Amino acid sequence: MEPFKTHTGIGVPLRRSNVDTDQIIPAVYLKRVSRTGFEDGLFAAWRGDETFILNQEPFRAGSVLVAGPDFGTGSSREHAVWALQDHGFRVVISARFADIFRGNAGKGGLLAAQCEQQDVEQLWKILENEPGTEVSVDLEEKTVRAKDFVAGFAIDDYTRWRLLEGLDDIALTLRHAEEIDTFESQRPNWKPVTIPAATS
Amino acid sequence: MTASRPRTLAEKVWEAHTVRRGEGAEPDLLYIDLHLVHEVTSPQAFDGLRLAGRKVRRPDLTIATEDHNVPTVDIDLPIADPVSRTQVDTLRRNCKEFGIRLHPMGDAEQGIVHVIGPQLGLTQPGTTVVCGDSHTSTHGAFGAMAFGIGTSEVEHVLATQTLPLRPFKTMAINVDGVLGESVTAKDIILAVIAKIGTGGGQGYVLEYRGSAIRALSMEARMTVCNMSIEAGARAGMIAPDEITYAYLKDRPHAPKGADWDAAVANWNELRTDEGAEFDAEVHLDAAALTPFVTWGTNPGQGLPLGENVPDPEAIADENERIAAEKALSYMDLKPGTPLREITVDTVFLGSCTNGRIEDLRAAAGVLAGRKVAGGVRMLVVPGSMRVRAAAEAEGLDKVFADAGAEWRQAGCSMCLGMNPDQLQPGERSASTSNRNFEGRQGKGGRTHLVSPLVAAATAVRGTLSSPEDLN
Repeated sequence: MEPFKTHTGIGVPLRRSNVDTDQIIPAVYLKRVSRTGFEDGLFAAWRGDETFILNQEPFRAGSVLVAGPDFGTGSSREHAVWALQDHGFRVVISARFADIFRGNAGKGGLLAAQCEQQDVEQLWKILENEPGTEVSVDLEEKTVRAKDFVAGFAIDDYTRWRLLEGLDDIALTLRHAEEIDTFESQRPNWKPVTIPAATS
Repeated sequence: MTASRPRTLAEKVWEAHTVRRGEGAEPDLLYIDLHLVHEVTSPQAFDGLRLAGRKVRRPDLTIATEDHNVPTVDIDLPIADPVSRTQVDTLRRNCKEFGIRLHPMGDAEQGIVHVIGPQLGLTQPGTTVVCGDSHTSTHGAFGAMAFGIGTSEVEHVLATQTLPLRPFKTMAINVDGVLGESVTAKDIILAVIAKIGTGGGQGYVLEYRGSAIRALSMEARMTVCNMSIEAGARAGMIAPDEITYAYLKDRPHAPKGADWDAAVANWNELRTDEGAEFDAEVHLDAAALTPFVTWGTNPGQGLPLGENVPDPEAIADENERIAAEKALSYMDLKPGTPLREITVDTVFLGSCTNGRIEDLRAAAGVLAGRKVAGGVRMLVVPGSMRVRAAAEAEGLDKVFADAGAEWRQAGCSMCLGMNPDQLQPGERSASTSNRNFEGRQGKGGRTHLVSPLVAAATAVRGTLSSPEDLN
């Protein structure tokens, strides 16, 4: 994973709450077996509407999405993160993220920055008054900036560290392989195993 | 296992699976007892393993099935959609390469991943269960810690059989009293979600407690836990009891003989201790509940069936008001319309929420001797091939067919429309599934979430109805 320290890009105001994973990418777009190419499914139902924000200049080229609360509710599909990234988004700002989406974002290198709703409202105003305004996000300082407006954001320290360092979770866990071995050797023997196949 | 302080059920299961405690900001490392795999969220995870030259650490704790993409008709033919077929073929190749047990389309044990785990007896009290699917919360009905994960985490579990995770906060959902006629587990959970909202459970594991929960069957408990994620909670749990043990005993993978006794002794400890504290508590009076349906485009936008479509003007919170306006516009509903007057084109009975044998029995009980209304299409999709076989052994398939409903093969089907079972733009369904998101059941489709009893009564009348409306 590429380290993430700072990012500056055009901010996209998405005035919607409860942007669920079926809105971010509908299920029919989840059939690919590759890790890329999901941009065509991003907000697919809304993209048909000319007035939708991502169909307008200069927001097409946006890379910082500023959304209403409860972003990413619903399914566990990591494709939601990939679709946002494939489209060019590096950061999503919201007052509240669904837990699984937040986790997936952290694994894939998309920054889910949790701001107060009043700060989200401020950002919306700035981005709507002057379309094309760039938003700067600094992960070390945990701040977002647009014009002279500055706000802090929350992210758990561990995810922040992993993103800053660009570290792979599996490699980190495998540093504890001996502890996993020890734990495994002490599991009760009546715990279920999936093989051999059932014969009922 | 001697605890110095009273602990909740969730804390006990967590602590029993902690490989190592995180230091500082580092998360705990949690051991995973059972990993369920399906075709949609796994291909990129297997690719990742290949790229890194890693193996599946415990194929014997892993099981796969084909459910999201599979057609529910003509399953003896190749899948018509080439992209779906590729995804299913990819799962087959991956399972073969990595030595994972797979139940493919047409197999006697095939079915929705959350139906087959319990059915096989693999889902057991006090275990940790994960799957690349948010409705993994279903398995919490057994007192398991079960939650959905993303594809990166699927790869992580395949490679290490563990997950780095921060402990959840705990929320008690107390449901006391006796449910009224035609009020079911589905109505309980829809009422819970309407009460705490789609974000109310974020960061929590929910523990469902109280006399109304204790009185539920295992299948009904699964319905409740299944939709925990719709309240924002990754996991929902119910302490195991005699009902749990009776369900599990003699299932193919349940412990046998002395192992059974050892397991039960362990499971008997899986109760929230007297005096344990939850981070939050919610109370619901079961006796006050009535059949519940959704009117909007998120599962928290629900009301008792006897109510009217709400007026957004009356909603104080601005974000919620805008959300309600958008929802009513999408759903093509007018404020003040009695919910009972909403007409549907389609009724869907199935899914990991309500696709088990008791759900089919309940719906068949309403449909027996009656007909699906003209102009309404009813799809009945059993949650697994075993459920289908059991229903046929009881003659339920005949009841559905005689009523004019379509009797299908097992899979996720119209819950999310990854296979050909979809709503057309503008069509409206009463659906026993779990999500009423815009376009969830097909682009432009409109969904009302309901219980199996309401689904069946709605099919007969053509408008949202409860069985009492048929008398």
